[in-house]
Amino acid sequence: MENLESLEKAINSELTTKILSSNIKHDQINICIEDNNLIEVMIFLKTHSSTKFKQLIDITAVDYPEKDKRFKMVYLLLSHEKNSRIKIEFNIKEGEILSSLTSIFPSANWMEREVFDMYGVEFKDHPDLRRILTDYGFKGHPLRKDFPLTGHNEVRYSEADKKVIYEPVKLEQNYRNFDYESPWEGTKYIKEQTKK
Amino acid sequence: MAKEVKKLNLNFGPQHPAAHGVLRLILQLDGEVVEKADPHIGLLHRGTEKLIENKTYAQAVPYFDRLDYVAPMNQEHAFALAIEKILNINVPARAQYIRVIFCEIGRILSHILNVTTQAMDVGALTPTLWGFEERETLMGFYEKVSGSRLHANYFRAGGVHQDLPKGLETEIAGFCEKFPKIIDDLETLLTDNRIFKQRNVDIGIVSKQDALDYSFSGVMLRGSGVPWDLRKSQPYDCYEQLDFKIPVGKNGDCYDRYLCRIEEMRESVKIINQCLINLPRGPIKTNDGKISPPPKKEIKQSMEALIHHFKLFTEGYRVDQDEIYTAVEAPKGEFGVYLISDGSSKPYKCKIRAPGFSHLQAMDYLIKGHMLADVPAVLGSMDIVFGEVDR
Repeated sequence: MENLESLEKAINSELTTKILSSNIKHDQINICIEDNNLIEVMIFLKTHSSTKFKQLIDITAVDYPEKDKRFKMVYLLLSHEKNSRIKIEFNIKEGEILSSLTSIFPSANWMEREVFDMYGVEFKDHPDLRRILTDYGFKGHPLRKDFPLTGHNEVRYSEADKKVIYEPVKLEQNYRNFDYESPWEGTKYIKEQTKK
Repeated sequence: MAKEVKKLNLNFGPQHPAAHGVLRLILQLDGEVVEKADPHIGLLHRGTEKLIENKTYAQAVPYFDRLDYVAPMNQEHAFALAIEKILNINVPARAQYIRVIFCEIGRILSHILNVTTQAMDVGALTPTLWGFEERETLMGFYEKVSGSRLHANYFRAGGVHQDLPKGLETEIAGFCEKFPKIIDDLETLLTDNRIFKQRNVDIGIVSKQDALDYSFSGVMLRGSGVPWDLRKSQPYDCYEQLDFKIPVGKNGDCYDRYLCRIEEMRESVKIINQCLINLPRGPIKTNDGKISPPPKKEIKQSMEALIHHFKLFTEGYRVDQDEIYTAVEAPKGEFGVYLISDGSSKPYKCKIRAPGFSHLQAMDYLIKGHMLADVPAVLGSMDIVFGEVDR
C-alpha cells in the first residue's frame, strides 16, 4: 500500500497525454483514459518495471442511460509486487466496439463475455463472444437500467406439451417500488438541498 | 491399417454429482483424453447484482449469503467493509474480533466441504462422513449467533447484528481444542493414501505465470507458490494483530492445493483461538443511530430512537456518492465488491467479483491433455461453488 503517490506519479510521467485524469482514493489509484488507448495503457501497466500490474481482477461496465456516452467501462488491476490496486475507466457510447484484452490477459475472456451479456458492449478480436450467464436464446441485456427487474419471460414445465415452455411474465401483484426517500434530518437536510 | 477414430463430444452435467452444482461441461474427447472443455455456466444465475440495485443496503446483505453458500459470512464481510469505507465508520473492536472468528469458521466450513468432497470424487467416502459431522457443529455456531444455519445475514455495516449468546465462546473454544485431532484423522485417511495421491499428484498443474494470467487467487494461486493472502498483504478488521502463517504450495497440482487447504484449516483454528483469548468487551456495532438500529429497549422510551428505527427499516440509511472496490480473502480466493453509491439508500451498482468465476474459466487450459477421469479431480481442487460463479 506504500507509495501510491509515487506510483501514480510514475504512471503519469510515462503515459503523459494518454491519461485524462488521475487520483488516489480508498487506497487505490484511479485513472481515466480514452477508449482507443486501452491496449497500450494495459500493456504498459502489465509489463513496465515500475508498475507490474500483472493480474486482471475484473472488468465491468456501469450504465448511465441519461448520458450521451452511456456506459462507463471499468478495469480493475492488481500488482502483487507493489501491493497496490489500480482502476482504469473510460466512457463509451452505445454500440461502440471495444478492443478485447484477451491477448494481454487470458482471463479477460469470460469477463468480457459477461460485460457483453449484461450490457451489450461488444469487443473486437474476442475469440468467443457468446452470452455467458443468461439462458440459451435470451434476449436483452439484464444489467442495463432500462431492463425491468422482473424480466420478460418466465419458464415452466407444461404438462400439456410435455416440455419446458417460455411465457411472458405474469405477476399476481406488480413489483412495487415505494419511494421512502423523504427529508429525514428536518431543516438541516432541506437547507443542504436548496444550497445546490 | 490405422482406423479413423471419431472424436466424441460428451456432455458432463448439468446434473452430475462430481460437477459440484449445475455445471454443464462439454468435453471433446479423443478416446479417453480430453482435447477441449467448454464450460457452460449460468444455470444458477439469479441476477443478484440486479436485485441488489433495487434493494436498500441492509436488504442486500442476505444476497451475499446465497453466493458462496458454504461460507456465507465471508462474503457479507466484503460488502460490510465496502459500506464502512465509504461512510468512514469505525467498527468497535469486539465486532471486528467476532467477525474474524466467524470468517475463519466459514473458511473451515468451506475447506472441510472441499477437501472431503474432492476425496469422494476420487473414490473415498469416509472423509465426507467424518468431515460433515464437524460442519454440523460449526453450522450450529452459525445458528446460535444469527438464528440460521446457512443464510446468516449477520454482518452489518458498522459491526454485527447481535452479541454472542452466553456460553458460545466456550463452545467454540471447545471445538478448537478437538478439531486439530479431526484434521489429523482426515490426513491419515488421505495425505499418504496411495489412491488419493495417484489421482491428485501432478494432475492439473498450474504454473506461477499462468496462475497470474488467469486471475487466480486464494489457494489456486498459493498452491502454485505465490505467497499472496489479502489477510496479510492488505489486512482488514483485526487481522493485523493476529499471528498466523500462509501455507504455500510447490508444484501447483491438485495435491498441493489439498495440502494448502489442510494447513489453512489449522491456521484458522489458531486465529479463532487468538481471537477468543483477546476478545475485548464492549459494543458490537457502531452507536451511530443513523446507521445501526437502536436497541429495542430504547425504542419504547426515546422518540429519536423510534424515528431512527422507522427510517432505517423503511428508507434505509443513505450512502454518500462514491465508488469503491473492496476485497477480502474468502476461502476460495479474492472475493471483491465493486460498489457505486449515488447518495440514495440503494446501491447504484454492485459488481461482485467471485473467485470461482476466474478459476472455472481456466478449465479448458487445466484439463487439456488429461484423462476423462481427471475432470472431477481438477474440478474438485478448484473449489467451485455455483452460487458465486453464476451469481
